[in-house]
Amino acid sequence: MAADKYETHEYDVVVIGAGGAGLRAAIEASAQGVKTALICKSLLGKAHTVMAEGGIAAALGNVYSEDNWQVHFRDTMRGGKMLNNWRMAQLHAQEAPDRVLELEEWGALFDRTPDGRILQRDFGGHRYARLAHVGDRTGLEMIRTLQQHAVHKGIDVYMECNIQRLLIDGGRICGAFGYWRESGRFVLFKTKAVVVATGGGGKAWKFTSNSWEYTGDGITLATDVGADLIDIEMVQFHPTGMVWPPSVRGILVTEGVRGDGGTLKNSEGKRFMFNYIPDFFKAETADSEKEADAWYEDKKNRRTPDLLPRDEVARAINSEVKAGRGSPHGGVLLDIASRRSPDYIKKRLPSMYHQFKELADVDITKEAMEVGPTCHYFMGGVRVNADTAASTVPGLFAAGEVAAGLHGANRLGGNSLSDLVVFGRRAGLSAAEYAKASAGKLTIDLGQVEEVANTLLAPFNNNGGENPYTIHANLQDCMQNLVGIIRTEKELRQALEEIEKLKQRLKRVSVEGHRQYNPGWHLALDLHSLLSVSEAVTLAAIERKESRGGHTREDYPDPDPKFGKVNIVIRKKNAEWSLAQEPLSEMPDDLKVLFEEKK
Amino acid sequence: MSEQVATVPTTRARGLYQQVATLRKDAWWVEPALTVTMLTTFIVYTTWAALVNVHYFVDPYLSPFYSPCLSTNCAHPTFALFNWPLSPAMLILWAPAGFRLTCYYYRKAYYRSFWLSPPACAVRDGHKVYSGETRFPLLFQNLHRYFFYFATIVVLFLWWDALKAFRFPVPGSHAYTFGMGVGTLVLLANAALLSLYSFSCHSCRHLCGGGLDVLSRSPGRLKLWQKVSRLNENHMLFAWISLIGVMITDLYVRLLSMGYITDLRFF
Amino acid sequence: MAATDVTMRVWRGDAAGGEFKEYRVPAQEGMVVLDVVHTIQATQAPDLAVRWNCKAGKCGSCSAEINGKPRLMCMTRMNTFQPGEPITIAPVKTFPLIKDLVTDVSFNYEKAKAIPPLKLKPKEADGTRRMFQEDVDRVQEFHKCIECFLCQNVCHVIRDHEENKQWFAGPRLFVRLASLEMHPLDIADRSEFIKDHAGLGFCNITKCCTEVCPENIHITDNAIIPLKERVVDEYFDPVMWLLRKLKK
Ligand SMILES: Cc1cc2nc3c(=O)[nH]c(=O)nc-3n(C[C@H](O)[C@H](O)[C@H](O)COP(=O)(O)OP(=O)(O)OC[C@H]3O[C@@H](n4cnc5c(N)ncnc54)[C@H](O)[C@@H]3O)c2cc1C
Ligand code: SF4
Ligand code: SF4
Ligand code: FES
Ligand code: FES
Repeated sequence: MAADKYETHEYDVVVIGAGGAGLRAAIEASAQGVKTALICKSLLGKAHTVMAEGGIAAALGNVYSEDNWQVHFRDTMRGGKMLNNWRMAQLHAQEAPDRVLELEEWGALFDRTPDGRILQRDFGGHRYARLAHVGDRTGLEMIRTLQQHAVHKGIDVYMECNIQRLLIDGGRICGAFGYWRESGRFVLFKTKAVVVATGGGGKAWKFTSNSWEYTGDGITLATDVGADLIDIEMVQFHPTGMVWPPSVRGILVTEGVRGDGGTLKNSEGKRFMFNYIPDFFKAETADSEKEADAWYEDKKNRRTPDLLPRDEVARAINSEVKAGRGSPHGGVLLDIASRRSPDYIKKRLPSMYHQFKELADVDITKEAMEVGPTCHYFMGGVRVNADTAASTVPGLFAAGEVAAGLHGANRLGGNSLSDLVVFGRRAGLSAAEYAKASAGKLTIDLGQVEEVANTLLAPFNNNGGENPYTIHANLQDCMQNLVGIIRTEKELRQALEEIEKLKQRLKRVSVEGHRQYNPGWHLALDLHSLLSVSEAVTLAAIERKESRGGHTREDYPDPDPKFGKVNIVIRKKNAEWSLAQEPLSEMPDDLKVLFEEKK
Repeated sequence: MSEQVATVPTTRARGLYQQVATLRKDAWWVEPALTVTMLTTFIVYTTWAALVNVHYFVDPYLSPFYSPCLSTNCAHPTFALFNWPLSPAMLILWAPAGFRLTCYYYRKAYYRSFWLSPPACAVRDGHKVYSGETRFPLLFQNLHRYFFYFATIVVLFLWWDALKAFRFPVPGSHAYTFGMGVGTLVLLANAALLSLYSFSCHSCRHLCGGGLDVLSRSPGRLKLWQKVSRLNENHMLFAWISLIGVMITDLYVRLLSMGYITDLRFF
Repeated sequence: MAATDVTMRVWRGDAAGGEFKEYRVPAQEGMVVLDVVHTIQATQAPDLAVRWNCKAGKCGSCSAEINGKPRLMCMTRMNTFQPGEPITIAPVKTFPLIKDLVTDVSFNYEKAKAIPPLKLKPKEADGTRRMFQEDVDRVQEFHKCIECFLCQNVCHVIRDHEENKQWFAGPRLFVRLASLEMHPLDIADRSEFIKDHAGLGFCNITKCCTEVCPENIHITDNAIIPLKERVVDEYFDPVMWLLRKLKK
């Protein structure tokens, strides 16, 4: 293929993904003085981060002065069932407050305390009210702030540009190759370093809070060049997604509803969460409604079980529905109407009010919401160095949801937005340093580029084959039914077979029309990644023979201390996956103490 | 694959569908049509009422179109400043008229309905070229706040008239007695509606506190601004009902004066 | 219950040409227009171009003109239409057409680049930033903007007068400018920019932007008119001018 068929750009650092993590990385890299590009496959400002509702966790101590990074660190580790990378959890807890204040410096306007500081709200698994927020549209505030800051810093942004492959020279990153959605033309970025910040892959499930973008691209970009993944079996099902009407099933209902006083009830009107308090959290969880309600006013009481970590609540809802105590459309009831005044609800949860009113004809100030679990977040992903966000491939960095380690087996609400800015910054910084230090000429293998280009165009040349939308729908059914909240080896194996069949069908996929803005073609290409990620999740889920956090095995219902000490590592070599169990790094004694004191 | 590359358009143009003036299927023309009808009625009536120079006073009621009355030949001079040969309404009506003409709400209303710029949302502008309010004479819309000052003074007089409407002449003497009739209520309502309109004005909102960046540092103005802001949300409503109100008030006084109706006295 | 069909007339084509094509899809309870478009994609027209992300009115990607009204497809429920009547979906009109329902919205991003950025005053003596809810309330309304650009699309200043695009920034950017101007800690003065570079004077406050804003931002009343008043302070009010001179 002649080189004139695609445009070429040259950079020091290319950041793929313009959510919170990607934007923060690009801002940092560019501030280090290296030539930086920011690429996203939607328009700028439309990434997932925009949808985040509840808030950003940071131990600012504005509402409870007892709060500090040690408490945040401990909450994060315990929420993650101690599978987290301790160093990431530590850096995250230590740096989150600075990153939040930095957002304010760049123009973000969080809700205020009466003395003019940043107000913080309660969320599941956080000991103190810790989430800086703006009503229930915190992600919007964050992405807009970062977006505008990046624009004013003059960073080059490539919008609606979809990166399909990373290019390697002698084991090092040397470029990225993709296409413009608008024209279908190819584009090549020559670069010394790449930061992937592409988010997760929740679009492989049927009921999901994730958008079309969440096809696991970053994970696949990384594994295709040989990077390691860890914890990829750890998929978070958010306990409260909408369940009715069918077309909105899965859309998120923020945990802020419970943080602000909402409570879960079954069809009998019982607050069932009191029956699902695990031993691990008994000591700090209220066991009567009276104490639970008192906690909202005074945090000296033990917290309500409605705000247990997400995995616990999702499983509880699942059990209630199975036991026949679900709501009319197969969820449970989330009631804030009977507990808070309409004014309070509208002020604190405006977009939830709007969302239910518009999409479900439900007035949440008068009626309970119907909610059920929805696929939400990838705790697992690209394995990174805690301090530098470097992956196992030289020149490749990862930050945000695509990276793994911080959240262990389960993520606490609000810890993602802080993750984005803490590790986004670190990734941008180390990528810039790496690019500066990198010596020797990088050459792009044009044959490799040509091969990729031909693969990408293949769907145009297959005739009368498979419809990409049908393959996607089949994959979603498969993952929903067989790799959902509750898993068994038998079903997981069945899923693997299904995925294999879908992979074969993908080879025969064909698309109509031409290359210009063709969603059918785009989906056909995304399926490569969706299937790859689905396979990795399923394989890792088979490997982890225990239940922990986001991963629940019916055939191994309890946590196994042996598995509590290892990450499941998965990597691809010559198109074959290989799995390994590798020990977690040992937490230093001064941090260990934090867990002993408060047993 | 080369032929597929070639299908990329090189020109950037809008779609052809846009050649139609609108794709709206609803009765979008109702609103501008109503506005034209209402405003035309008002303008015709007011112009006539202001020029006829009779039937604007029946003790103790003075028509709002003639208040304050500044000429010596007034039926009921407020301040007899000089002798004005024409209708004394002309001496003062420019203030409320200008106030309404430059009002942000009425601008919207007549730009849409009279000027068709645009007649309704997503319906094509009725003009080929458009410069908005950037040039003479529309640049003068920027002086709206001055009309606010003058019109507010006029409203103060209308309150004064409303108070005086409690003072009825005792027939056959020069004495006055305290009383109240339907006309009193009409004048009171008129003054109240016009005040609501005036104090919900956008310029007023700006002057009260909207122009400040840090409201919390001036608690008094913050409160004021919050109150005016609440009124301001209904500015359009006040604009219409005060418009109808002032017309009815004049009509009431006029019909009384012409003897078509009689005033009901409560006491 | 027997499924009824809905009929959609969707614009298919690019800048070079195109037409409204009719599609019929089975109706489902609670469906929004975007669901119908997705069904058409999955079953009848896989290459039908459309933008979307969140499906919940949060990202502002899915703007279009439904029966001639600028709206978000994901927040327009099918049961708001007369059953049986065909529904027309066209791409937004003001921006160059790329394909089908997708337009080139780069105008908005270009205009955003030119806006004078936030400039904060020094920190408090104790090294913190203090802002009070009553000061940020106003600005938080503007920050609700999801950049759907429906207001930009409906604004007749550029919708019907292409040449004005050079000197008119549009309501979305006025919202942005208002949020900066009213930021309690900002000290930059943008009056000149607002008047001469953003073209505030072109707005004749006819309020279509406010009518279509899916976030219910009172664009005209709370952003544009207050900005106009600030410009008056600076450029048109002789008394203010005199006061400023005297203060100096
Ligand atoms: C509804 C919802 C509510 C949430 N609420 C909260 C909350 O309250 N608090 C919290 O902490 N977390 C919350 N989360 C989680 C959090 O929002 C996400 O995990 C986080 O925003 C991910 O950010 P990111 O920067 O990693 O990726 P994203 O913001 O998803 O950005 C991904 C970027 O990568 C780009 N991209 C992807 N693939 C490619 C490709 N192949 N080529 C080019 N570009 C590509 C995309 O275009 C996009 O710009 C919520 C998530 C959802 C869905
Ligand atoms: S009010 Fe002004 S900015 Fe808004 S649509 Fe009308 S002319 Fe455009
Ligand atoms: S101001 Fe409203 S209409 Fe305009 S872009 Fe923002 S959300 Fe959309
Ligand atoms: S009177 Fe209408 S805005 Fe001033
Ligand atoms: S898809 Fe996000 S606003 Fe419609």
